[in-house]
Amino acid sequence: MRFETAHHHTWRKIKSALACIIAFASGVLVISPLGLVFFYLLIHGAGSVNWDFFTKLPAPVGAVGGGMANAIVGSLELLALAGVIGIPVGVLGGVYLAEYGSARINSVVRFLADILNGIPSITWGVVVYGLIVLRFKGFSAYAGGLALALIMIPLILRTTEEVILLVPNGYREASLALGVSRWKTIVHIVLKTASKGIITGILLALARVGGETAPLLFTAFGNRFWNHSLSQPIAALPIQIFTYAISPYDDWHRQAWAGALVLVTGVFLVNIMVRIVTRGRGASVV
Amino acid sequence: MTTPERTVAERVERPGEPPPLEESVPARTFEIKNLSIWYGEKRAIENVTIDIATNAVTAIIGPSGCGKSTLLRALNRMHELVPKTRLEGTVLLDGTDLYSSNIDPAIVRRRVGMVFQKSNPFPTMTIGENVVIGLRLNGVRDRRFLNERLEKSLRMAALWDEVKDDLHKPGTSLSGGQQQRLCIARTLAVEPEVVLMDEPCSALDPIATAKIEELIYELKAKYTIVTVTHNMQQAGRISDYTAFMYLGRLIEFGPTTQIFTNPKDRQTEDYITGRFG
Repeated sequence: MRFETAHHHTWRKIKSALACIIAFASGVLVISPLGLVFFYLLIHGAGSVNWDFFTKLPAPVGAVGGGMANAIVGSLELLALAGVIGIPVGVLGGVYLAEYGSARINSVVRFLADILNGIPSITWGVVVYGLIVLRFKGFSAYAGGLALALIMIPLILRTTEEVILLVPNGYREASLALGVSRWKTIVHIVLKTASKGIITGILLALARVGGETAPLLFTAFGNRFWNHSLSQPIAALPIQIFTYAISPYDDWHRQAWAGALVLVTGVFLVNIMVRIVTRGRGASVV
Repeated sequence: MTTPERTVAERVERPGEPPPLEESVPARTFEIKNLSIWYGEKRAIENVTIDIATNAVTAIIGPSGCGKSTLLRALNRMHELVPKTRLEGTVLLDGTDLYSSNIDPAIVRRRVGMVFQKSNPFPTMTIGENVVIGLRLNGVRDRRFLNERLEKSLRMAALWDEVKDDLHKPGTSLSGGQQQRLCIARTLAVEPEVVLMDEPCSALDPIATAKIEELIYELKAKYTIVTVTHNMQQAGRISDYTAFMYLGRLIEFGPTTQIFTNPKDRQTEDYITGRFG
């Protein structure tokens, strides 16, 4: 057996350094778009984010000023509707996959959920358009909420399942050995232990659909005024940004920048919230 | 419930072996007859017949994979959590068949509690919540009753003096030995008749182990205790009866002093003297 020569050693060091540099450059490349987007939005949008933006309705064409209050509230309403429909279905589906279900059914459901996650979001808009909007003859907040919920369900389902599977079996056994029923064990022990992970999954799903535009175009439609009934069209921040961005007016462009900044900041805040939720006490396993 | 003279163990019949050893215990909590358990195709225990004495400690010993944990878990139907298990034979608890179709496993487990190898206090709960969770989830709401039971259970588990000022702290903040005693307190809080212990000390240091052993000794005044252990010295110290299992069969059963000083079976002797296992 021959020992390595000094030459080999130098060449190995160079290769190692090279790999390190390439990996670092890739890392920078991944993060930089986020920084660029955020700073670009700040430059163009920050000037138009003011009190009026959060409190006033859009100004009529030609008039300067106005805000996106209705779109901000509308987006929150849509998210609430999507959550009411999507969270229970997603979480309970995840519980089924992780706690009940046979291996074969589970692998089918998992596969389908992964396909659903990959379906372009505009498809959901068209689906809900066909199912709800045409049938009830009108765009509505309900339709928009449903479209967003359909996007959320497979996301929440998969994260819930994964997080529940991380709960060690010892806790289930300990609870069952106390004479606690299966269902109570799942609700009070398993879900409680996995709660941080599940909440994280829900928040991330909400953040994801909060920025969706395409599925809302065919369902919630958008609205220049306050929405007074959930069965009527409703404004949403992404739609408002879209409408203003393709308009020919400079003032609307500025508002669109401001809207995008607010939306991105919102998503950013949700992610920070997730960080805070998941930090907490070190007691939880997931 | 008192049958004074009674066969405790019938050894697995094997041709050419001496006739089964006969022992008697004053009262029996479990009567296990011809019990066989399969996991899928694999037979984990085979034709085991054994009685468990009331208010005594019975230790099940044997090398890994001999079926001792399965036998223990069959006593409160915990082995059923593994899919595709099959059982033949009978397990009577005070004369009631645990496996008859109208028996709810949850009710069985309320009467027959279990402490596990790895201490597993619920990580989202405080020390206090951990102790009373069994009662709470079984529908007990009365706060005064819960508090009384909390103190009583922790005292019985010899943990009260160490944690009485820290009941609001997370259960996982305790040391390993304390966590295991917390798990014992949690089991005692639902007032079972039997406590099963699956290698309760195997993850603990010698001092914590000594405390748990002392505790087991005290608890047998009130409870029937069945424990699985890898540690032969421990079986010798804490148990009144010892069952030796090998390859899914019960090889020998009798008073611990007899098993350890004068085993009837060659395999038992070999195992106890450390020739295998």
